[in-house]
Amino acid sequence: MRNYIFQRLIQLVPILFGITFLTFAMIHFAAVDAVDFMYQQGGSVAEEIKAAKRTELGLDKPFLIQYGNWLAGFLTGDMGRSFISGKLVFETFAEKLPATFELMTVSILLTIFIATPLGIIAAVNQNKFVDIVIRFLSFVGNSLPNFFVALLLIYFFALKLNLLPIIGDNIIMPALTLTIAMGAKYTRQIRAVVLEELEKPYVTGARARGVSEFTILTKSVLRCALIMIITLLALSIGNLLGGTAIVETIFMWDGVGKMAVDAILMRDYPLIQAYVVWMAIIYVAVNLAADLLYHYLDPRVKYE
Amino acid sequence: MNKKLLPNLILAGGLIFVAVFAEFLTPLDPYAQDLEGALTPPNSVNLLGTDRYGRDVLSRVIIGSQTTLCAALLLLLTISIFGSLIGAICGYKGGKLDTFLMRVSDIFLAFPQMVFAVAVAGILGGGLFNAAAALAIIGWTKYARISRSLALTIRTLPYIDAAKMAGTSSAGILFFHVLPNIAGPVLVTAALDIGTIIMELAGLSFLGLGAMPPTAEWGAMMNNGRSMLQTAPWVILAPGFAIFITVAIFNLLGDKLRDVFDSRNKD
Repeated sequence: MRNYIFQRLIQLVPILFGITFLTFAMIHFAAVDAVDFMYQQGGSVAEEIKAAKRTELGLDKPFLIQYGNWLAGFLTGDMGRSFISGKLVFETFAEKLPATFELMTVSILLTIFIATPLGIIAAVNQNKFVDIVIRFLSFVGNSLPNFFVALLLIYFFALKLNLLPIIGDNIIMPALTLTIAMGAKYTRQIRAVVLEELEKPYVTGARARGVSEFTILTKSVLRCALIMIITLLALSIGNLLGGTAIVETIFMWDGVGKMAVDAILMRDYPLIQAYVVWMAIIYVAVNLAADLLYHYLDPRVKYE
Repeated sequence: MNKKLLPNLILAGGLIFVAVFAEFLTPLDPYAQDLEGALTPPNSVNLLGTDRYGRDVLSRVIIGSQTTLCAALLLLLTISIFGSLIGAICGYKGGKLDTFLMRVSDIFLAFPQMVFAVAVAGILGGGLFNAAAALAIIGWTKYARISRSLALTIRTLPYIDAAKMAGTSSAGILFFHVLPNIAGPVLVTAALDIGTIIMELAGLSFLGLGAMPPTAEWGAMMNNGRSMLQTAPWVILAPGFAIFITVAIFNLLGDKLRDVFDSRNKD
């Protein structure tokens, strides 16, 4: 077990190296010059001033040295300063991350509490009216882009019914937006896995022994659904992280997703770089955690 | 051709027809501005109303189908062909090339796709082509993985040995014996992928990182109308439902295609 975790962490090293190198190279070779962009608004600025600014930001050095400096800084917890605000990237990031985590946690919990019962109800009532309605809803949820869901929620709940404030600290609408897309997928998968489980011989055996349907569902089938949920969580965390960028921007939720979109529009490269790297780290870490949980719930799964 | 697929194919074909002949189908000029007639609610002339420059929303939605669908399908075609070719070569040849390319794809798989796409599209500076490129950088890995694992199985089958003994070259085996047998699963994956790609492309445009104004693109139209949700909801609802309907049609097609394919494999 400990060996396995260690091995996975070792595997992370080349991946992180690749990720940082790739984003760094892209910013260096393909991007609009940050200093040119900074002075774009203020009319023409002497080349000397621009050059001085580049020296100040370390942008005049060769690419590999810039990358080396950045990597050394990153490993010691120093990710540079924002081009725009001048604040430490790490501080800005640490300040915004809790809001994103809060949004993600609430969406995941909402999704699990909505999708698990819906998936089980649909499976138990296969091809009956309830099942068809649930399948239809999950299909619709799956075909709606999250920014449209967000705007629809604003339109109905904030503008038409006046139930919720449009922007600000209210988590209900941003969380609900993320939940709808995720919940639609989860419901569908949980339904499929429960249907498969209900056909297995041990369920027939349990029924023959007179075990009540309720006990079968809560004792055996729920466990499979749980394992499915963990698999889905690991798979959907990437979509969720991407989704927060859009949803946070729409609802003005002050997290890292909105920070990244703002940083992109302002060409604030140190912040973008930090965002990409940290999201990848979180993504890989969640996947590792899911693997371990998976093993805990289903000891048949062997570590490679 | 399977009869069960026909209704889905007709719907998807209809959409592609609209996209290809969009120029001839728009009732009004999608780019003609009329500031006096701005933000008119839906009426008999402008069936879906007008936007803030007085442009006809219905015409823009129709012409927008071209932008969105063409970009999505082209992107999909590129990554599925490129990805499955790489995967097939890796799986069939094995060796150092395989190890190297799979390590590369590991790196890309460590990124959440949309996070990476947002960052890359932002770094490259927006535009529909850059947005599509940003999605492609990660998108191909999925196809490489699928076709690699298929190629690994296929290369152990007797008919490959037979082809080798008949003197067929490696390239010949790859193109005539391996790739055709990978095509089915790749097609199903691609069909299930169309909806996601359309939503992601539109999402990037919605963030201002995709199609640039005045190009009519569904995500960009919704972004432009965002502040007018209260006063002129049709500006947002029309392209929004266009995305929804398109994605739904392609998702249905993908699901059906998978069912047909799965049942054929079981027989």
